[in-house]
Amino acid sequence: MSDFVSSGWAVFVAAITIVSLVACLALLIIASRRRVMASDNTTGHVWDVDLKEMNNPLPRWWMWLFVGTVVFAAVYLAFYPGLGSSPGTLGWTSQGQYQAEQDKARAAMAPVYARYAGLPAEELAKDAQAMGIGERLFLNNCAQCHGSNGRGSQGFPNLTDNDWLYGGTHDIIKTTITGGRNGVMPPMAAALGSGADVRNVANYVLSLSGSRHDAAAAALGQSKFAVCAACHGPDAKGNQTLGAPNLTDKIWLHGVGEAAIVQIVTNGKNNMMPAQASRLTPEQIHVLAAYVWNLSQTTRVAAVK
Amino acid sequence: MCWLPMSGISRRPRVWRQSSELSPVPPDEAVIGLYRKEDKIYARAVSGWFARWRWTLVWCTQLLFYGLPWLRWNGRQAVLFDLGARRFYILDLVLYPQDFIYLTGLLIVAAYSLFLFTAVAGRLWCGYACPQTVYTEIFMWVERHTEGDRMQRIKLDAAPWTASKFLRKGGKHAVWLAIGLWTGFTFVGYFTPVRELWAEAFTASFGPWESFWTLFYGLATYGNAGWMREQVCKYMCPYARFQGAMFDKDTLIIGYDAERGEPRGKRRAQGRKTDLDAANLGHCIDCGLCVQVCPTGIDIRKGLQYECIGCAACIDVCNGVMDKMQYPRGLVRYDTENGLKQHLPAVQRLKRVLRPRVLVYTAVLCLIVGGLGTSLALRSPFRVDVDRDRGSLARMVDDDWVENGYRMQLMNATEKPQSYRITVVGLPGSVLEPSADVTVQAAQTRWVPLSVRVPEERAEAAGAGAHRIDFVVERLATDADTPSRSVREHSTFLVPR
Repeated sequence: MSDFVSSGWAVFVAAITIVSLVACLALLIIASRRRVMASDNTTGHVWDVDLKEMNNPLPRWWMWLFVGTVVFAAVYLAFYPGLGSSPGTLGWTSQGQYQAEQDKARAAMAPVYARYAGLPAEELAKDAQAMGIGERLFLNNCAQCHGSNGRGSQGFPNLTDNDWLYGGTHDIIKTTITGGRNGVMPPMAAALGSGADVRNVANYVLSLSGSRHDAAAAALGQSKFAVCAACHGPDAKGNQTLGAPNLTDKIWLHGVGEAAIVQIVTNGKNNMMPAQASRLTPEQIHVLAAYVWNLSQTTRVAAVK
Repeated sequence: MCWLPMSGISRRPRVWRQSSELSPVPPDEAVIGLYRKEDKIYARAVSGWFARWRWTLVWCTQLLFYGLPWLRWNGRQAVLFDLGARRFYILDLVLYPQDFIYLTGLLIVAAYSLFLFTAVAGRLWCGYACPQTVYTEIFMWVERHTEGDRMQRIKLDAAPWTASKFLRKGGKHAVWLAIGLWTGFTFVGYFTPVRELWAEAFTASFGPWESFWTLFYGLATYGNAGWMREQVCKYMCPYARFQGAMFDKDTLIIGYDAERGEPRGKRRAQGRKTDLDAANLGHCIDCGLCVQVCPTGIDIRKGLQYECIGCAACIDVCNGVMDKMQYPRGLVRYDTENGLKQHLPAVQRLKRVLRPRVLVYTAVLCLIVGGLGTSLALRSPFRVDVDRDRGSLARMVDDDWVENGYRMQLMNATEKPQSYRITVVGLPGSVLEPSADVTVQAAQTRWVPLSVRVPEERAEAAGAGAHRIDFVVERLATDADTPSRSVREHSTFLVPR
């Protein structure tokens, strides 16, 4: 019992349990005989003029039912956890039962997933059943952050625009789902110089994608962009090995506009996708990744009905 | 009010023993044991009008119970409660856990029917239709055909164990167990397809749950109908205890006409030709047959008692005796307490059926049956539930559209695949994606991710905040049996500031 600091409590609880069970039987024996009025089979109590309490005996089989419950309790406590910290002779745990049910469910689904194991994403996308499984997995595990339709929101990447931070092949998506991702951009304000420098660079970055910007500031910021190019590349097209985003498209994961970019450059960003390996099996991830891959295809592969 | 449980038990307890270790017992007190072995009841076989009714009810209820799982409907089992898949099939109906309200309704209807029948005619349910009565009736039939009638059974129980006794008793228990197991099997057949279960029975490949419940219900039937019998009614059944609340003095009960019967006594000298006035005798010849046939072992001549399950066995047997004695029938009969006391004619008793209690029970029953029927008839053959995405409330897409994400749960409550067309109304200029029709397989549920988009200028015109929108789901007509039908489900569309 991890709830208690001292193991003495377990002994205390076990003792109370045993004493209670014994007391139940003792009560049964003590109550087995009773002194009554010999003349009229009542306890001698009368209420409301004529309502008498009778001394009718209990059927004996009922008493045996009572004994049966006590015996059941003893047998149960021997087999299952319950008596203090005793784990019971069967070794049952709720975690063990959960695991067993999970294993059983997985074993039941194994033949379904086995059919998909060797297939590439292009083939899986054509299979209605596989996409159905993928859709349910996505809705249950991914939609909380990426949205039901996979289009994400601020801070949570859109999975349908074919703009990938780490790459959009089936294998890379599988790696992303399995291990998660941790995208880090360090605070760059000090490296860039003054606050004005940061604003200039922000306007230059905005100009790369043709977004609304201050052209004069952008021109001043261009030279400072060399600091950013280490990760985002000299052409600002990003680097999928590092997860550095492409800055030349109009996709802004953390918000668009000078203020949003100044904020990111000044404070940096640590964005995290949790690993799913502990929640999903490799077979499930294989199918799920194909579903996600299919989401990003501009002309989606129509699943065969 | 002698049928109140408190004062109803008429038997006196045995005196355990005068205890010497306790302090001396005063002369007006005794020490008794609190637990007593119940006396075995050897009910005598009975035939007659009401016995025939009881057997008719046995046949009706059992043909229904044993037969229903085998009935086919739409190419499947007609009545199947598939707990694993959470689908409940009753003839044409496919019910979901969301339809549990109908079970509640059914239980209320059952309860009010019970109240109504009880108020009018006493324990009709107990006497004729209760499984405890029905299976006891069947088990007693088996008992009579293996061990004989009352006297033979008493003798057999007292006799030493011989091969014949062993054979008779063993045969009885074997048949009882067989009936019990078949009952258990049938019961499980309502939850697991019965034909598969039947095939499994031959290969002994029952699952753990099927085995457990077959044995559980089998042994419960065997124990309750074979061994416990009237003990169930007397000590376990809650209805037996609260039915007194539905009784009044105009409720039909099984009553002994004491005015006519008393003083009871044997007609020693002249038999049926006895001059009753001269001998100071009533019509009761005190043969004791009414006690011998009683399945709960009471004497109906003591008046209404809570043990009386209203089976009318004593009426049948007493009428036979009255016929032999050439007295009029009905010394023990269905009558009301007032009827017995005030000698009410049948018309009067019938009029008194229409008393407020009965009218209220009837009105409530009709209301609930009507409501339940209407609700079932109007029940939508599909269900729709829409959840807004919580992770991202709203997003800008393609520069000039505001988009909200939803997921829609579509439940197809029919046994054919159905197609649904989803549209969205409530916000001008709104566009739904995907716009394709959605197909849901027979008796399946499907989650559909949906996006609603509104052009930015329209969204600005509507203003920031939540706006009510409605999803209209139309089932597309496939044939005459499934006409198109639509369901509206509302949600909100959020325009960010």
